[in-house]
Amino acid sequence: MNPLIVSGSPHIHGEMTIKSIMWGVVIALLPAWLAGVWFFGIGAVIVTLVSIASCVLFEFLIQKFVLKQEPTVNDGSAVVTGLLLAMNVPSSLPWWQVVIGSLVAIGIVKMAFGGLGKNLFNPALIARVFLLISFPVTMTTWPLPIESRANVFNFDGVTGPTPLGTLKTQLAMGQTVAQIKLPSYTNLLWGNIGGSFGEVSAIALIIGGIYMLYRKIITWHIPVSFILTAFIFSGILCLVNPNRYADPVFHILAGGLLIGAIFMATDLVTSPMTAWGKIIFGIGCGVFTILIRVFGAYPEGVSFAILIMNAFVPLIDRAFKPKRFGEVK
Amino acid sequence: MLKTFKKGGVHPHENKFSANSPIQPIDPPQKIFVPLSQSLGAPSKPVVKKGDEVKAGDILATGESFISSYLHSPVSGKIENIDDFIDVSGYRKPAIFIEVTGSEWNASVNLSDELKEDITLEGASIIQKVKEMGVVGLGGATFPTHVKLMIPQGKKAELLIINGVECEPYLTSDHRLMLEKPREIITGTRILMKALGVTRAIIGIENNKPDAINLLSKHASSYPGIEVCPLRVKYPQGGEKQLIQALTGREVPSGKLPIEVGCIVQNVGTAFAVYQAVQKNRPLVERVVTVTGTNVLHPSNFLVKIGTPVSALLEKAGWQPEKAGKVIAGGPMMGKALLNADVPIVKGTSGILVLNGKESLRPKVQPCIRCAQCVSACPMGLEPYYLARVSEVEKFDLAENGAILDCIECGSCQYICPSARPLLDHIRLGKLKVNQIIRSRNQ
Ligand code: SF4
Ligand code: SF4
Repeated sequence: MNPLIVSGSPHIHGEMTIKSIMWGVVIALLPAWLAGVWFFGIGAVIVTLVSIASCVLFEFLIQKFVLKQEPTVNDGSAVVTGLLLAMNVPSSLPWWQVVIGSLVAIGIVKMAFGGLGKNLFNPALIARVFLLISFPVTMTTWPLPIESRANVFNFDGVTGPTPLGTLKTQLAMGQTVAQIKLPSYTNLLWGNIGGSFGEVSAIALIIGGIYMLYRKIITWHIPVSFILTAFIFSGILCLVNPNRYADPVFHILAGGLLIGAIFMATDLVTSPMTAWGKIIFGIGCGVFTILIRVFGAYPEGVSFAILIMNAFVPLIDRAFKPKRFGEVK
Repeated sequence: MLKTFKKGGVHPHENKFSANSPIQPIDPPQKIFVPLSQSLGAPSKPVVKKGDEVKAGDILATGESFISSYLHSPVSGKIENIDDFIDVSGYRKPAIFIEVTGSEWNASVNLSDELKEDITLEGASIIQKVKEMGVVGLGGATFPTHVKLMIPQGKKAELLIINGVECEPYLTSDHRLMLEKPREIITGTRILMKALGVTRAIIGIENNKPDAINLLSKHASSYPGIEVCPLRVKYPQGGEKQLIQALTGREVPSGKLPIEVGCIVQNVGTAFAVYQAVQKNRPLVERVVTVTGTNVLHPSNFLVKIGTPVSALLEKAGWQPEKAGKVIAGGPMMGKALLNADVPIVKGTSGILVLNGKESLRPKVQPCIRCAQCVSACPMGLEPYYLARVSEVEKFDLAENGAILDCIECGSCQYICPSARPLLDHIRLGKLKVNQIIRSRNQ
């Protein structure tokens, strides 16, 4: 008889693994990615391939040669970071800037903090903000949906503003919201608008979110509190002065709010652990997003809002404990 | 919508391979040994000595200190020795070794199978009888039943809960007992109600055993105080606190016993043992044990004499030792992995589970990705990732503040963790240390 193995209970393990979670996220991103490719064509594919390949490569090289660990790239987390980074930039972004973004995401945000699970900030978001500050022109040049499909390295003549960009510049020129020509709700829903190529299709993002909820990869708390807060906050502003503030539905559907609320803010590593912690986190994201959009210098505030809230996560985790069974107060 | 407990829980594959296998008595081998420590509390004191002849049902050891229990001989034979053996955890523990000569019973035991429903004994004498017959909780914790029946001063029992949940995967011993001895279990329930002086009892059974639910409901229908309640399948519903909440909505306060909310919980197997003890004068010397596993040829439910070595059961069930990786006493979530198969079946052994080589290996441990799955799965509302981490770095004050002592060691957190972190290993150690620290603080 073989010697028996002895270890503590439990003796069985559930099916969930890091791999299954990461590939679940990839599957959930697929509808929005396909929508992005439909509207922005080859550029979106190239940005995606460069981003994923460089994220995976940087992770592998850093683990192998700098940290001298056994590389863990096949857990899929670098693929998720690469995909998210790609979907959060314009499809026209030059490939070498994408590579720099990957280096920031993996090398600085993830690996320098100690690897998977240890980073305080969302790697793809830091990389995106880094790119926005370093390459403000290319990061705010938005190819037109459908018309830019076949363009590869030259996007002259097929670019235009994002809905939020239009809103901001026209308001600054003294127009009222009603006078500004904004895309229809239908186009916002399907994604026939300018923007980072993965953020445009509201429907596709929501489908992905439902899939992650079904797979129990995320819970409803962050997306719902984030979106609801943004809705209520922008709704109040709109009621107060409809000439200066756009309606809440527009705020939810335009820009990066949905990809942010569903995919970026819910990043497991950089969001709180308990139900109430997550709700507070989502509320914070919603408030900061609208504050920056309405009163800040940038037309879009989702990335900054989530990063600000990322910084609060250790505090939130300490303050919001789960309700214990039979807790005696 | 079926009832269940509110917080956390997981859904492991049920794998109840032996659910259709009727309870089958198994003959004891030529030698058995009965450990002196089979229940929570002090070990029992032997009243026999080397060379004595005993009959089945004779007292082997007494349990007169508050929390301890009587032991009886499961067979007729000769006391060969009272000596140490190596128990499931690898410790040396005393046991009474008996050479089996037959199965002649002590004359006071009523051996007929005839159902006896009239309860003639009164409250206090029931409790005395339960004690003398060596009945302990058969759900796994083996708390002496008579102690549980003595309600502390100032408290009042109001509801008896009979635990027929059997939420551990693989195990089917309680399920079979409910199917084969329903009327005895109902009578046992009535005896327990009488002993406690309560008028209501609820039998909780998970919905994956509809046959048992129907059968017990049918037999309970003539007793208005007894109700059978189907429950939604969720682990660890068999935990006392979880079961009480599922059935009554009451939450036992942290650090307190069920009696705090007026409840007493007993297992179905215990109810049957109480029936045997009180109605038949038959001490607890045998129990139903499930023997099962992916590579076990005949997953079975055996009626086993206490003291029979595990190996005898494994052989009878066709366990294919060459494929075995782990042998577990109990279920896969809370059972104990055995060092070898020579240990005896004791009163608390509900099953023997054989995992094959592949099933026995733990997945590779990866870094915590803060996914909070462990937090959502914990039925006690704890933060397992945190408790495990502070225990690992020996910050036991933080562990204590995090209510580590509330942990019921159900294993849900470690089961669900996508990074396969050994959460419960660390938490168990942390609990041990925190308990030590509290004890020395109180001295
Ligand atoms: S083992 Fe303890 S910490 Fe883990 S889920 Fe069960 S009660 Fe919670
Ligand atoms: S389930 Fe595992 S990986 Fe997830 S938070 Fe808990 S310990 Fe970390």
